Amino acid sequence: MDKLHQEIKNSIQRELLSTVGRRYRRETFWVLFLAMICVGGTIAWIIQLRKGLGVTAMRDYASWGLYISLLFFFVGVSLIGALVSSVLRFSGAKWRYPLIRIAEAVTLSSIFFAGFMPVLDMGRPERLYFLITHGRIQSPILWDVVAIATYFIGSVIYFYLPLIPDMAIMRDKLTDAPPRRRKIFRFLAMGWEGNHRQKYFLKKAMNIMSVVILPVAVSVHTISAWLIALTLRPGWNTSIMGPYFVFGALMAGCAIMILIIAKLRHGYRLEHYLTPKHFSNLGMLLMALTVFYLYLNLNKYGVPAFKMAKDERGLLNDLFFGHNALLFWFTMIAGLVIPVIMLSIKKLRQSIRWVVFASLLVLLGALINRYLIVTPNMLHPFIPIQHAQPGFTIYNPTVIEWTITASSLAGFVLLIILLFKLFPVITMWEVIEGVEKNGEEQVGIEDLSNLQIIQGHAS
Amino acid sequence: MACGNNCTCNQDNPGNKDNSRRDFLIKGLMGGIGAAFLSGCSSNDKSKPVSNEKVNVLTHDGKLVAVDKSQVANFKPHISEEDVRTGIPGKKFVMVIDLAKCDGCGKCTKACNKMHYLPSNKKWIDVVEMQDSPEVAPYYFPKPCFHCDNPPCTKVCPVDATFKREDGIVAIDNERCIGCRFCMAACPYSVRLFNWTEPVKPNIEETTPAPERVIQSKKGCVEKCDFCPHMAREGKLPACVTHCPMNAIWFGDANEDAVTCYDGTTTKLSQLLEDGAAYRFMEDLGTEPRVYYLPPVNRTYNAKEIKIKNAE
Repeated sequence: MDKLHQEIKNSIQRELLSTVGRRYRRETFWVLFLAMICVGGTIAWIIQLRKGLGVTAMRDYASWGLYISLLFFFVGVSLIGALVSSVLRFSGAKWRYPLIRIAEAVTLSSIFFAGFMPVLDMGRPERLYFLITHGRIQSPILWDVVAIATYFIGSVIYFYLPLIPDMAIMRDKLTDAPPRRRKIFRFLAMGWEGNHRQKYFLKKAMNIMSVVILPVAVSVHTISAWLIALTLRPGWNTSIMGPYFVFGALMAGCAIMILIIAKLRHGYRLEHYLTPKHFSNLGMLLMALTVFYLYLNLNKYGVPAFKMAKDERGLLNDLFFGHNALLFWFTMIAGLVIPVIMLSIKKLRQSIRWVVFASLLVLLGALINRYLIVTPNMLHPFIPIQHAQPGFTIYNPTVIEWTITASSLAGFVLLIILLFKLFPVITMWEVIEGVEKNGEEQVGIEDLSNLQIIQGHAS
Repeated sequence: MACGNNCTCNQDNPGNKDNSRRDFLIKGLMGGIGAAFLSGCSSNDKSKPVSNEKVNVLTHDGKLVAVDKSQVANFKPHISEEDVRTGIPGKKFVMVIDLAKCDGCGKCTKACNKMHYLPSNKKWIDVVEMQDSPEVAPYYFPKPCFHCDNPPCTKVCPVDATFKREDGIVAIDNERCIGCRFCMAACPYSVRLFNWTEPVKPNIEETTPAPERVIQSKKGCVEKCDFCPHMAREGKLPACVTHCPMNAIWFGDANEDAVTCYDGTTTKLSQLLEDGAAYRFMEDLGTEPRVYYLPPVNRTYNAKEIKIKNAE
């Protein structure tokens, strides 16, 4: 493949850099909107801290609710980073290049909130440091803390490594940036010149990281699954929980990735770089993961449903025909079956709109599914619930709970947006290098030699 | 020097090494566990008024002597943080519940709530109505904490706030609990309760470390039946046992092989378990409960009156 003309390289860099620090009207609206939700959530949290967890709908039977469901959701979404930058790397998919930073940003943001959710759920958050001063390493919670912390650090490293050459580009190109910012660029670029030695070490480091991050990523979500699988409760006491969570997570992460690149593509005018090829490839990946998740669901619910053991009966009846039936069948039909059918039709898969719609369904299903795994189980203990006070036998989240939940989700999106205010959305050097080696077709971007800088981007 | 408690009275009073001083050990009135320490050595004891009421005390060399009641100091052993974590030495507490006798009056729950200052909506011991299948007769099932020997709850606690003691008790340290409620998720018997809001409790100051306090309720922390270790230290029975008019609940020490019920009858534990064909609830879970049940055979009440109202 021919080397790209320096002029084209320059214009690519100019274009991709133009999103950094730039204000978009729509984006400003979103940032303000999300920030407002976060403020509301913070107020709700303060109320919760003052009055205790009694302001939630959680009670002695359903003692875990939306917060823990959301913990599992965030831990799950965080797997997308490992999927894109590790699994796709090993499978040699070149089209991953423009997606790497987005995936890592999603990972960083979600793992941050995954670490935050248990604190929201704690009865005594001021005693959080007891985990260090009195920690029992035999407890799965400690494993989870260690795994989330490790994965967070790993994700920061993995976010940073491909950023180094881009930082050098920013250091060299954005000469009119404020001096303090330029200082930061210079610091983060770590004296990158792009010589062979530096490239060798960077590639080596990224290789090592892509191997290391995989077991860490899998462990994070497996341990989260063990939080419930290591108990003796009906419905939870099953060995399928680990893989069930991991693949459910990959599926949810893939769906959220599609939604985010769809938003970024239009919002930041990256149509040349995030093309229908990416959507159709990610759509295919999503389909494969969804099919597999459907299979795991069949095992998780189908096998006990055949046996109808006494302890599981109450829970299964509740899910299949009881008052969680609507949610359950929504996740199964609308969240899994319909997206699989939609994504398996080539015509629909090639339309960004349909892929986005399918991802939205999958994501909604995945969110509800997390809740269905956690709370209905708790309402069906071995010893039937009797003499319970009113409100103890059902779980209807309160306004406070919904506000905090919504603000965690809002904060998750907000953090991603803010990351892209600081760093370019697309890894410039990797895309350029990928195009030089494999051509635009493989990387999935539009023909760069014909590229016209979008009006208003090049200033 | 055995004062019956895991206390530090040896260090507290160096005078007891001296035989010439009159140090006496009182055998506790209640089963010999609670002990009072007699110190007739200090000079200001002479200033105490003589009450003319004599008390029999056993000296450490085996003599029974009568001393004036005023000479007996009321000694409460100091219970250290370590003591409450290791438990009462040499004990292995066990409970036996006779389902044939329990008529579901709920006096155990009331007594327990009174002792631990719990509101009526909290139940450390709950009397559940059970019916294994529609054709078989229902029965009442008092459900305290089972204090399992293989406790699923303590295994998952991230900060060692709930722990298994050497005397068999699964205790909770509310000065430690972070309120993650993992233990509640792990307990297959739904025994654990959480303080969702600030609990209503009397203003009583307790000096014992948290796991052996009478009042365990604390906002944002977990609580449950604790087998009344504060009573056991004094050689007394838990509140539920001493208030069960049906004599359905037995409590005692497996090491002594003896359990006692409401009317004071003390019987051989192994005999009771064998004769009564005792079982443990959901044995197949492998949690090894320390609470045994005697099956509801030949019930002394009318079982047909039991109305089962399950929430599901």
